[in-house]
Formats: sequence, C-alpha cells, structure tokens
Amino acid sequence: MAYESYVLVCGGTACCSGGGTDVVEAFKKELDAQGLSGKVQVVVTGCLGFCEQGPIVKILPQGTFYVQVHEEDVKEIVAEHLVKGRVVQRLCYDPEQAKKLVAEANIPFYQKQYRIVLRNCGVIDPEKIEDYIARDGYKAIEKVLFEMTPEQVVEEMLKSGLRGRGGAGFPTGMKWKFAQQQPKGQKYMVCNADEGDPGAYMDRSTLEGDPHSILEAMTIAGYAIGASKGFIYIRAEYPLAIHRLEVAIGQARDLGLLGDDILGSGFSFDIELRFGAGAFVCGEETALLQSIEGNRGMPKPRPPFPAVKGLWGRPTVINNVETLANIPVIINKGADWFSKIGTATSKGTKVFALTGKVNNSGLIEVPMGTTLREIIFDIGGGIRGGHQFKAAQTGGPSGGIIPPQFLDTPIDYENLAKIGSIMGSGGLIVMDETDCVVDIAKFYLDFTVDESCGKCAPCRIGGRKLLNYLKKITDGRGTEDDIVQMQNISDAMCKASLCGLGQTASNPVRSTLRYFMDEYMEHIKDKKCRAGKCSKLIQYKIDPAKCKGCTLCARKCPAGAISGTVKNPHVIDQSKCIKCGQCELNCKFGAISHG
Amino acid sequence: MAKLTLEDLRRMRGEKQKAMEMRESSNKDVQVVVGMGTCGIAAGAKDTFTALVSAIDEKGLTNVLIRQTGCMGMCHSEPTVEVVVPGMPAVIYGHVDAATAREIVEKHIVGCELIEGKILDRPSIDIIKNG
Amino acid sequence: METPELITLEINGKSVTVPKGTTILNAAKAAHIKIPTLCYHPDLKAGASCGICVVRQLVPSRTEQGKWVPSPKLLRACCTEATAGMKILTHDPDIVQVRKTVLELILANHPSDCLQCPRSGSCELQAIAADFGIREIPFPKEVIHRDVDKSTPSIVLNPDKCIKCGRCAEVCQQMQNVWALEFIGRGEKTVMAPAAGVPLAESPCIKCGQCSAHCPVGAIYENDETAKVWAALRDPELTCLVQIAPAVRVALGEAFGMEPGALTTGKIYAALRMIGFDKVFDTNFSADVTIMEEGTEFIKRFTGGGTLPLLTSCCPAWTDWMEKYAPDFSENFSTAKSPQQMLSALAKSYWAEKNGIDHTKIHVTSIMPCTAKKYEISRDENMSATGTQDTDVVLTTRELARMIKAAGIDFNDLPEEKADDLLGAYTGAGTIFGVTGGVMEAALRTAYCLITGEAQPPSIDFKEVRGMEGVKTATIDIKGTKVNIAVAHQMGNVEKVIDQIREDRKNGVKPRYDFIEVMACRGGCIGGGGQPCLATDEVRAKRTAGIYTDDEKSVLRMSHLNPEVQALYKDYLGETGANGGEKAEHLLHTHYHKRDVYKFN
Repeated sequence: MAYESYVLVCGGTACCSGGGTDVVEAFKKELDAQGLSGKVQVVVTGCLGFCEQGPIVKILPQGTFYVQVHEEDVKEIVAEHLVKGRVVQRLCYDPEQAKKLVAEANIPFYQKQYRIVLRNCGVIDPEKIEDYIARDGYKAIEKVLFEMTPEQVVEEMLKSGLRGRGGAGFPTGMKWKFAQQQPKGQKYMVCNADEGDPGAYMDRSTLEGDPHSILEAMTIAGYAIGASKGFIYIRAEYPLAIHRLEVAIGQARDLGLLGDDILGSGFSFDIELRFGAGAFVCGEETALLQSIEGNRGMPKPRPPFPAVKGLWGRPTVINNVETLANIPVIINKGADWFSKIGTATSKGTKVFALTGKVNNSGLIEVPMGTTLREIIFDIGGGIRGGHQFKAAQTGGPSGGIIPPQFLDTPIDYENLAKIGSIMGSGGLIVMDETDCVVDIAKFYLDFTVDESCGKCAPCRIGGRKLLNYLKKITDGRGTEDDIVQMQNISDAMCKASLCGLGQTASNPVRSTLRYFMDEYMEHIKDKKCRAGKCSKLIQYKIDPAKCKGCTLCARKCPAGAISGTVKNPHVIDQSKCIKCGQCELNCKFGAISHG
Repeated sequence: MAKLTLEDLRRMRGEKQKAMEMRESSNKDVQVVVGMGTCGIAAGAKDTFTALVSAIDEKGLTNVLIRQTGCMGMCHSEPTVEVVVPGMPAVIYGHVDAATAREIVEKHIVGCELIEGKILDRPSIDIIKNG
Repeated sequence: METPELITLEINGKSVTVPKGTTILNAAKAAHIKIPTLCYHPDLKAGASCGICVVRQLVPSRTEQGKWVPSPKLLRACCTEATAGMKILTHDPDIVQVRKTVLELILANHPSDCLQCPRSGSCELQAIAADFGIREIPFPKEVIHRDVDKSTPSIVLNPDKCIKCGRCAEVCQQMQNVWALEFIGRGEKTVMAPAAGVPLAESPCIKCGQCSAHCPVGAIYENDETAKVWAALRDPELTCLVQIAPAVRVALGEAFGMEPGALTTGKIYAALRMIGFDKVFDTNFSADVTIMEEGTEFIKRFTGGGTLPLLTSCCPAWTDWMEKYAPDFSENFSTAKSPQQMLSALAKSYWAEKNGIDHTKIHVTSIMPCTAKKYEISRDENMSATGTQDTDVVLTTRELARMIKAAGIDFNDLPEEKADDLLGAYTGAGTIFGVTGGVMEAALRTAYCLITGEAQPPSIDFKEVRGMEGVKTATIDIKGTKVNIAVAHQMGNVEKVIDQIREDRKNGVKPRYDFIEVMACRGGCIGGGGQPCLATDEVRAKRTAGIYTDDEKSVLRMSHLNPEVQALYKDYLGETGANGGEKAEHLLHTHYHKRDVYKFN
C-alpha cells in the first residue's frame, strides 16, 4: 500500500549540521500527532546538493522544494501543505515554482542543468531502437530527408550557432558549408570518438547511453554535405561503447535507417566503425584521418583543411560526438530555439565531466554562460571533506588552471580563452589546497610527452624539456632561470608546433605560472610545497617535546635515517630520509609529523 | 524487421509513445531502471541487476519491468537505480549494492515505502518536452 | 601547355606575382627574400616538421577598418599555399626568437661531436646554427643513445644524430617506393628505421643511398671504407688498380668549389696516381664492353624470339629491387654484369695475364657515385669470377673527395692526365651511362650499326631517351624494324612500367616494350646516393649537361668503335657471351635470385 505523500529530508552533512536531523524528528512527531503516520512517509535522503540553502525538504509527489527549513517550520508545512495541499510560499526555493507545481521535480543536481545532449542518457535502454524512436528519435531525419534541401540544413546549422564541442569551437555550420560547396563526388562524414583527455568521459557516456543519436546526426550531416559514407573513429579502450554502437548500427540497418534509400527518400548513407590503437594524437583530425587510411597517425599541415581535402583526398567533415548529439534536437526544435540557449557567442549547452575534489562528481550538462561557481558549488555540492577550493582545471592537457578570482566567470569559449584556459572537450577537474599546481602541470606534461607523435621538434623536444624543468622544481632543485626557460619554450611550442597537441601542451605550464607564480617560487626558493604533494619537498620531523625515545621509529626506518638513544628524543637525518612515512605511521606518541 | 518507410516509422513511433503513456496512466507496471554505463558497471551494476532479478523472481512478482539504461550522470554514487512504482513518486537510489537491491524489492516495490538514506533523486526527463 | 593562373601577394611589403599553388616559401624566393628552413628539401613534399620556416600573416583589424595587423599565430612557409592578396611578414623579433628557441631545442638533443662527424662542413644543422649565431644552448643536453646500424655494406644509420626531419622516410617511400625506412616509435622515442625492428640489411632496403643523399645531418651516411684503401695502397705486395665511374667526373669538383658538371676527368686520374694507385682505369671502358655484351644479347632475343622485354642490369639497387619485389622478371634481366664488375673481372684476368701479374695480388678499387655498388661486389659467387672477389673495395665520390683532401692534394691545381692502357679508353657512348637514358642511347647507337650493318645511325643522338621525365617511351625505327623502348629513373617511377608489362602478360599480348632501361636514382647515376650531398634538380641538370659535353667532345661516340674494346675481343674474349663466347660468359655475365623483402628470424 503506497503512502499518499513522501517527505524527503536531505541527510547531507551540511543540512544535518544546519538542523536537518531535528527537522526529521519534528516531522515524525507532528505527523504522529496529526494521525498522518500511515499516509505520509518521512525519509532521509543522500545529499540533494543544494547545501548553501539547507536544510532542504522536498515533498513528493508534487516535487515542492523547501529551503532553510527549521524545526519551527514543520508544523506549518504539515498543516498547510500535507493536510490542505497549499504550498508554503515563503519556504519555497523558487516562488514562481509554487505556481507551476509541476509533477516532475527539478532537482538540485539537475536544477541548473539543461540536458540536451544527454537527453536520453539514463532514460532509455540504449540497446532498444524503439525506445529511441519513441522519444522523437529519427524524427529529425524525416524532416531533413523529406522537407529540407541540403542547403537548408546547412543554413539551419549556421543559424543555430553550434560550435564544435571537441575543444576548438569552430562553427559547425561553417565546416559543413565548406564541404558542401566542394564539387560533387565522394565525400565523407567522420565522427571523432577518440576521446583522449584524461578525466573526460562525456563522449563515452553519450555513446553508451544514446548511440542512435550519433547515427541519426551523421546521416543528417551526410545529407547536408553530400556524403554517402560515414566513419566513427572510436578508441579501442571503450569496449562497451563499441558494443552499443555495433548493436545500434545493426538495428538501424535492419530497419533501413542506414544503408540504401533510407525511408524511401533516395538518399543512401552507411556507417563503419574504425578503432584507435592507443594514441592520443589520433584525436587530432588530420592524424585521425591518417589513421583511418592505415597510415601512421601523424598530423599534416593545414591548409588544406579536411573539409576541402580529407580522407583519401576527398572533402571530409569531422565532428565530435557531443557536437553531433545536438544535431537532431536542433533540427526538431529549430535553430532559433537553440540559439536562445547560452551566451552571445557560445550557443547551446556543454557537457562537463565534473571530477576531482567535489562532493557530487559526475556528468553534468549546463547552458553556456553558467558560472564556475554554480557548477562547482551548486551542482557539484562544494568541496569534499571541508577543504578549500584552490583552482579548477578545464580542457585537459591542452587547458589551463582557473583560480578562485574567476569563479563567477560565465563559461563560454571566449571567456575561458581570456583567462588563459580553454573549453576543451569538457573535462573539469576541481582542486583543493592539498593539490600542488606544479605537480598538476607535471602530470599533464608527462601525458603529452608520452603522447607526442614525434614529428615536429617544438613539441617532441620542447615538451620533454618542460617536463624536465618541472621535475627539477618538484624535486627541490629548481632555479629562477628555469622559469625563464620554461616561458621561452612554452612560447616556441605554442607558435611553432605542427598540431594542436604541441600548440597547447604548454598551457598547463603557462597558466599555472600566470596565476600561481608564488607557489613556483616557494618550490624554488624555499624548497617547500605548500600542498604537501611533492614528496621530495616534504620533511618528516620528530617533535622532541613529544618523543619518548622508545626507538620504535629508528627500528622501522628502512633507510637508517633516524638516530637517538633510549629515552632520549630522536632525530631524522633529512639527507638519508626517503619519505616513506613509516616512522609517522608507527609512532604511538604522535611525535612525528610531515609538511 | 523489414526496412521502414516513412509511414512505418511514424506509426512505430506513435504506437510506442501510446504504449508508454498507457503504462504510466494505467498504473499497471512497476519499472526498475539500472544505470549500465561503464561507470555503473565498474561499481558493480551487473551484480545489482542480478540481485534485483533474483529478488523479483523469489517474490513471484509478475508486474515488474526491469531494464538497463546508460549513464544517469551521478557517477559519484554508482550503481544508480531508478524505481517507478505507480502511486508513488519516482526516485533514484544511489550506492545500490546487492543488499540494497533486495531492500528495494522488499520494502519499496512490495511495501511501498521509500528507503532511508539512499535516495538521490530522479532525472528531469524531457526538459525538451517542457522547454 | 596551359598557362597557370597567377596570383599576387605581399611579402614584407614587397609585391610578388607567382603561379597559383606556389608555397609562401617559394613565393618569397621569387621575391628574393630568404626564409630559413631546415627539414625542407626541394625534391620532396614539405614535411613541415622542424618549425623553423614559420612566418606571420597580417590580417584585417577587427577594430579599425582598412588596417592590417599582425596575427598572433604563425604559419609554416614551406607547406602553406600563397593566396591572392595575402600579406606575409617573414621576420620580426618574436619570429626570430621562436626560430632560435626551436633550433636550440634541436641542438639540445644533438651530439656535440661536429669535429669528428662525417658531415662536418656539409651539415645543414651546423650551417643554420652558425647563421643563427648560437653560442650557448640554454637547455641541458639530452641525447638518447641508440645503436648504430651497420648491417649493410653500403649505408650507416646513426640515430643519435637524427633530427626527425622525415626526409629519409619520404625519399624511401615516395621517391624510391622501397619502404625500408619509416618513423618507428612515438614522441622522443621516435627513430627512422625499418619496421619490426629488423636491421637495414634484412629490410626491403636496396642500398640506393638516396636517404644518405638527402639527410641534412650525419644521421645517415655511406659506409666509409677509405681506411681499407689506404691499407691496400700501403701494402707493398699489392698492385693497386682503380676505376672511376662516368658520373664521378662531373660531380667530384663540387667538393673543391667547382660548379656541378665541371668535367674533371684528367685531374681525377692525376689525383689517383698521387694518392698511390699503380694503374688508373675508367669504368667508361667497360661501359663500352657492356654495350657489346648487352647489345648482342638484345639483338639475339629480339630477332630470335627470346624473352622480352630486355631489362638493363647495371644498376645494383634496381637489381635488388627486382629480386625482392619483381622476381617474375628475373628471366627478362640482361645477364650482363655492370660495367664496374666487368672491369674488375677483366683487370684480374685479361690485364693480369697481359702484364704477367698474379691476379691474387691485384687490388681493385672502384670509385662510384653509388652506395649500392658496395653491396654489389659480394652479391653472389659470380662477383668472384676470377677466383677472388673481383672488386675489392668501392668508394663513393664523397669518400674519394675526403681521400684527396686527406692526402693534402690541391685538386684544382692538378694537371690533366690520361688513363692507363688496356682498360682506360672510352667512347662517348660509355660516358653517357652516367645519365638516365644513357645506357639505352649507347645501346641503340651500336645496335643500329649491328642490325643494319651501316657505319652509324642517321642521328648519333637519340634525344627521345634524354631528360628528367620519370618514364620516357619511344619507338625507334631501325630501317623499318620498330623497337619499342622505355627509360625509367627514380625507383618510384618504375613499378608502373613493371605493372604495364604484367598486364600485357595477363592479357596474353606482346609486351609493349622490347627494351627497358632502369636507373634507381633520379637523373641516373649523376644523382646517385654516393654523390656530393644536397643535390637538387638544378644540380642534377648541370651534372647531366657535363656528361653530354663529355660525349660530344669525344672523337669516338659508339662503343663498338673503341679500339681497346676491339682488342679485348680479338686478343682475349673471342665472341660475346650472347654469341657463344665462353670466356665472356664466365667473366662478364651473372644470374639472379629471388630474395625476401623482409627477413624475419
């Protein structure tokens, strides 16, 4: 027997400390008193994510969202809302919402989100084409094939203002237009699913959760530019996404939604999967095309651009997975609708993989123009473990670091570029004070040095030199001249590298130097790492006041670095210490610490 | 299945949409949706799925439709499971291990009671429909 | 001929008009503006790897109408097409700094042993570092050490010095169609090497040496065997003979400041004697012998229903390619040895007997424009027809230049000397072996006379076979008898001719060519892998002109008229191999084997 109503009280740490537990007790007592215990269930939930406005109470099935609810408010809620069905306006998060009273709730995690790309993820069964069709799937292709000319489709893309979501942000409509304008003949449509940024998995989730949206989008693109063949270049490290795509392609072919004469329109288009082999550089479009052709994945100079001369010398459009996922919606709902979302220069939404030191890590999709603060603190639920926000990193190894002073920057392509980062593919890594910026720069350079294809000197050699300097600094052997050299090398790499990998590989260095120079100087001059991350700069110390001289640490030390006599304070020889931490771990008197 | 014409596709869409509406309004079926993206599977969603199926079998429930879906986005609390029981609000549970899966079947589906401490919430589907 | 569309652009404020499709680099050259380059080579498609040739474009200002402002981005001049109305800036302090940093990065990973490097003085990296005035390298030096590949007798790969310009891979793959070298590994671990980690000798490598001729630094070079020659010269027991190839005489002068194409034959003879050789001969002599052998072989097949087309066999890189990639043409190959091998065999038999010298005490050095010749001398047992290895050592033109300099000889000041008797005289037909089409032209001159019985063909020059076009075809009318010929040079152009014959075979029709000449190197031997480095088409054209001058000034221009050749047959060989001469067959002919493209185990 179902209850009539459910009272969800947020049980997150913030709400609890704000009085949430008292609220729960008050509800249970009041409902008992009113004889409603059998009709209303009170449930404590996981963190609902709106921690600044806690304690949060949500009433279902109406979905009313009450904020800053205290013990004294409970009686009113029970009397007004649960008994009489009248929403308590003053406690509502959104007074407007009280008027709407929608059946489906807009929840905090999702509240600031606008799921266009991820519209079907988490809703449909990705291995059932009927699910996709029922949710307006393959409706856009009907419109395109039977009611629009290729030129009109391109116009619609241009009007929408959609920009490439792979990182470069090039207007999709323009790319399609270049290819469409090439003389008729064999043309190709390629989906770049070689998502390589560490920590980015937006494309993977889209392909796993809604593979048909990509197939439909590629077919639309093929029609617009005049291509009869499509390739999805997907990294081999995504077996589930590959499986779901294979199932989807099979289903689409069976129903004639891929192949000859789609839906009787006269337009034919088919898609083939091609797998990467573990090279990040193959996400760069010219290297990707080389890989499909069976050659070594090394970038080629542009111009000529792939839209003019791509796969096997033919006009080719390459779009990222996320870019493509937007296409069917733009066709169905119109470019005008799409262009109203976002900012003046960056239309639509962006999917971010919010990871790092946040409470609610996951995949989010927000309209362009949402601020970092909203993403990290509202949607993300703030910094884990009560730590302090230090910086956010966007754009993966090509991106930059964003310090607290820019938290209220509305996110779009231009704004991020201005502050020295890039949108990138959507990786958003949140850092707290226990993260060291020099270490982060080193992590990214380690990646790009390994992934550099080796063709051009600025990236191949410059990247390694940068990494060596960063290692030097984190090892405590850095000098001020190292900073000057790093800046010179970064400049040369940015201007003289052949492809985007090399051109942007120095961004983590450039942006950390720009905003955290003092932290670099601390490493260099004071041989100190304030985050406690760089192991060579950590020092273990024995507090003579607390040390009882039990000699346990000296016996545990694998390097023989601790000396002292029984019942006398012991001392650590820093030159021998290998920073393993065994002494601190074993000391029963808390006399050893590190920093 | 044969290749679709335009009319076939439209008919298929209409029929499936109608069936989904009917299911929602007729209060006939209970739906359990398990997030089976790679993050979910890595956290154990396949075990969760198996536990749900066996619990449903044990209880002899015949009106429960259990299916998979992609990533719901709340990767910090995988495995995630959405439960839609007619007459009750739809909720998403997080950190659903095999034990919680049994609890969901026993307490939520059979007992019509929400489970303490595990509710995350549900996706706001069809922003597109509404927006 | 279509006139190409012309476009006008501005470089450093200077207006220049060039055909559409010209790169910024070449447009600047037309405007007499030099843009520094390192990895670029005019023979090859721009690799665009080093990043030295970066230039800046001026773009319309977004704020001020009609104003042009420098773009913050830089373009590579070598591969970017110039467009109408483009405005380019080739130098500003920022560009100069970027170029300098890129060069410093390359130098930071490059060994510092210029003084001992075989390319010291001709190294493109050394030159640009000197031009840029690099005095110190701000970054710590880091040279990743790898083993040297000395597996072939011809070419040495020294990966420590490689700057990954990519020219060798482009040459080996696109110019030569051999595919022995490729970028292997990734990032800083990249090496230019054969696939699957096999040594060069077990790869498709045909030892043509074009990689070494295009390498800007000392990462690929010829296997230097000058020490062996010095040792032989010092050995009092040995009689040291030397032969020089046709192409050497128009290129050796370049090492001494002369123009390419300068004919230095007499000086070379003098230099060789000064170095200490006992007798100086000329491969042009045995080129004439080759025409006798191959000419009669062709006539026999052509008139007697033998296997056609006949394929020339004097280029050992081409022979190696055929044995690996087209063994179905073994029967088509002329069994005549190369002129080098013929002369060495004759030196240790004919000349030895005539001079009463024990042939086991004769040492033959061969100066060649070619690295593959170092491999040819031990190709199989036919190369030791005299009982010992016929040719003892091959030195490339580059090595000879070094020997002459090491000996302290002032080449420019040497007198013109003559070659020694018996194996030194040559006709114009022999000397043109050094250029593409030369073997064919020499053969046609003699074949015409042998077929018709006339004293000489109506025109002694067969201009149809000359020139730099990749494949030249013609039908030669020998008094009513039509001979279809093809001449191909640069290995990349050869496969299509082979495929044409394969197609004819498949269709069961008469092969469209009767006689095909193939030279592995662009331009023929004058463009050989052992010639002075940094050759371009301009240089090749000059060397070619020098060869044809040598032909034109020769008194005798047909091989069968060479008195020393006539004496050889009269006094020693008797008939040619094709006409049943057993001695000729034994000394001057060889056979062919199928070889693996890759050897794995």
